[in-house]
Amino acid sequence: MSAAARPPHSRLEALLRAGEFAVTVEMQPSNGADPGEVRRLAEPLRGVVDAANCTDNPAAHPHVSSLAVGALVARSGVAPIVQLTCRDRNRLALQADLLGAAALGARDVLLLTGDDVSAGDHPEAKPIYDIDSMHLLRIARTLRDEGKYLSGRALTSRPCYFIGAVENPFAPPHDFRPVRLGKKVEAGAEFIQTQLCFNVPRLREFMARVRDAGLLERVFVLVSVYVARSIRALRYLRDVVPGIDVPDAVMQRFERTPAERQAQEGFAMALETVAALRETPGVSGVHLISIKGQDAILRLIEEAALLPRPEPKDQEPRTSATY
Amino acid sequence: MGLLGRALIAVEKAVKVPLFGCRMCGQCILHSTGLVCPMNCPKNLRNGPCGGVLVDGHCEVHPDRACVWVRAWEGSRRLPLWRDHMERLQPPVDWRLQGTSSWANAATGRDRIAPAAWAVSDRGASTAPQG
Repeated sequence: MSAAARPPHSRLEALLRAGEFAVTVEMQPSNGADPGEVRRLAEPLRGVVDAANCTDNPAAHPHVSSLAVGALVARSGVAPIVQLTCRDRNRLALQADLLGAAALGARDVLLLTGDDVSAGDHPEAKPIYDIDSMHLLRIARTLRDEGKYLSGRALTSRPCYFIGAVENPFAPPHDFRPVRLGKKVEAGAEFIQTQLCFNVPRLREFMARVRDAGLLERVFVLVSVYVARSIRALRYLRDVVPGIDVPDAVMQRFERTPAERQAQEGFAMALETVAALRETPGVSGVHLISIKGQDAILRLIEEAALLPRPEPKDQEPRTSATY
Repeated sequence: MGLLGRALIAVEKAVKVPLFGCRMCGQCILHSTGLVCPMNCPKNLRNGPCGGVLVDGHCEVHPDRACVWVRAWEGSRRLPLWRDHMERLQPPVDWRLQGTSSWANAATGRDRIAPAAWAVSDRGASTAPQG
């Protein structure tokens, strides 16, 4: 990375820079005000994952805020990746939350457009979309590196975070996806997490083009892997969640599997995908997702021989206060 | 606003709404987006498609319609000029310009005034004059 001269902003950045294969997971969203619920999910992840994504109203359903979950996760000794979407906030609120997340101890942020309100349980809501994810990435970078709001007004101290974005190599227009990633890097993205990967050949095509565009020197790519427990879950992802490509071959594999063995089959498939990704040039890590299946994720990390997690050898990352 | 200003808005609307489904954002980047108006994207995206484009290239919000950005990308491939503009970072929308004439704003340079820190941190791509 061209910025290797400066110290890393987070543990995740330190590990990626050291060439370690990173492991992140998606926190199960919480629906109550009990901090114990978040703690119980976070504690088993300590020492097992490098960071945990704290989602921002995923699939346009309200949940406990990503800032609050991030702070609770950090208190449990797990590095949070605080997600912020452009769907629910304008540029004022997003800047406030970027600073707030950093102040509460988040060292990694993931900035995205967000699923539309029509996908959620409040389809009558007013979507905001004041700015897009590219703008938000640039704003995050400006706050951190220039110490300024978008307006140009100066901060008294700069936030310290490693800046993430998302990309979907599996959605049309496929030829534009690597170009779009280039724009995100130009805007400020330092790592990306992809949409769920059920199609390794397509992912490899994307990675080859990302490499040819010279982007791998500028951004780390983590690929999302889903631990399926039933064909019903796969059908839901394919038919209801926009932008997910579940190839027919994957569906057929599950159709041939009796219901009681589908969870086992889903686990085997995730294990195979992780192995294939480790051998894919340019892939810097995996992001593991399951619906209410954190135990399966923990078992996957173990069986995929991703333990023990490495400790960063690099110097201690900076904090927002000592920036 | 004077009579001339209002007349200009009326003419721009009359030309661009039927042709491009123009939303009169007042800061036109049509030629940078394959002559497809990005303001028809339900997420108001100015820099390319979201990750929710359906497998058939349709919009996640309006599954009966093709994604604005799929059309923009295809349109840009057919343009003899401005093809590389799809790679350019477009600045945030200035919502104060909604309903004003982009022609007038282009003539005065008003549509190229980006927020102060956007210009500061920019490496030249987004504030380059639009053809």
